[in-house]
Amino acid sequence: MSNEHASAGMMSGILGVARRDLLLAWKRPGDILNPLFFFAMVAALFPLAVGPSPEQLQFSGPAVMWVAALLAMLLSLNSLFLSDFEDGSLDQMLVSPVPLSALGLGKTLAHWLTSGLPLVLVAPVVAITFQMPIFVTGYLMLTLLLGTISLSLLGSVGAALTVGLHRGTALLSLLILPLAMPILIFGARTVSLVAAGDGAAGGLYFLAAYAVLTLSFAPFATAAALRISNE
Amino acid sequence: MTAKFSADGLTLFRGERLLFKGLSFALDPGGMLLLEGQNGSGKTSLMRAIAGLIEFEDGDVLWDGKPVRSNRQAFYGSLVWMQHRVGFKADLTLVENLRFESHLRAQSDEDFDEVLERLEIARLKRLPLRSLSAGQQRRVALARMLLSRVPLWLMDEPFTNLDRQGRKLVMDVTTEHLDRGGMCIMAAHQDVEIGGNVTKIVLQ
Repeated sequence: MSNEHASAGMMSGILGVARRDLLLAWKRPGDILNPLFFFAMVAALFPLAVGPSPEQLQFSGPAVMWVAALLAMLLSLNSLFLSDFEDGSLDQMLVSPVPLSALGLGKTLAHWLTSGLPLVLVAPVVAITFQMPIFVTGYLMLTLLLGTISLSLLGSVGAALTVGLHRGTALLSLLILPLAMPILIFGARTVSLVAAGDGAAGGLYFLAAYAVLTLSFAPFATAAALRISNE
Repeated sequence: MTAKFSADGLTLFRGERLLFKGLSFALDPGGMLLLEGQNGSGKTSLMRAIAGLIEFEDGDVLWDGKPVRSNRQAFYGSLVWMQHRVGFKADLTLVENLRFESHLRAQSDEDFDEVLERLEIARLKRLPLRSLSAGQQRRVALARMLLSRVPLWLMDEPFTNLDRQGRKLVMDVTTEHLDRGGMCIMAAHQDVEIGGNVTKIVLQ
């Protein structure tokens, strides 16, 4: 097989898997809406518990929304490879000439489009309950955008490692939380700093670098993990 | 002359149990390997190990004279696998499922609709797969094999859930595949009537 042919097969593999998973998500919208509701509920209930003081809300807003987003992503990750594992599609992908890392990346892309991106889009609505100024909301969306990409990619490795274990939710969280900590810290702090009138560039650069880092290693780790889990 | 597909001294353990030791065989174009044996004798494990999902304890599988373990992508480009779980998405329709296959491996020139017509599943085209019976889903899995342009078919219990015509259909298309110079490794415990160069291995 020529190199050109192989790379065409890879793109077609990534897009084909992503398209299939998006189609599946479209047919079962409940799977997308669950984590999204979780995010909206946690973030919307918090101001009710804290009280109406604007200073306190604006102070805690970025942190609460970031924690809720992180947990919502974790919630959605568990099912990433589970249904493919159960119905045998994963075996079919394992014996495909298209590199498994490409197929895994396609699944991760679909996962981000159905869980990460909706969080980013819903964030400004939820931010209203924290009385967040408009320009701070913009930075919140930007950090969430970069952060959820990394979370999807990191999560795909964890999901691949735990797919063979039934009910591996707790393990999955334990596995990826240490790696997700920097995303949470830099994501929430960057928004807080912007709200306090500081610059955001440093935090955004870090989040972008982290996204590129995970993008460069996660697909290969996911492929290796899937082969191990499927023994 | 080296065979197209061969196995040399295969040994496989599952847990503590030795499934087989020193198993060797060779397949040339048009050849078929029939695996027989009781439930739990290791037919599926052998199939999964050939597909590279389990590691052999010892021995090598060779494709075109080259060890598969160092040449995996080329080998995967040459095989299609019908396993016990059909590997389709229950929420997608028959057509959506089969169209997705084109992203996984090279497709044959066979006319899509003619294949469905022949397997008597053309009228189920727009139905989600979950509403098909187990036997009909097997026929869709058979359509996947017919629509792939690959020389090696791995078939694990292809007759499960199929009616009499379905079983005949499997044997007919496999015979045609062998006549075209294809190869097949089949695990079955029914009587199989397939013409051609059939090697039989009984796993204890």
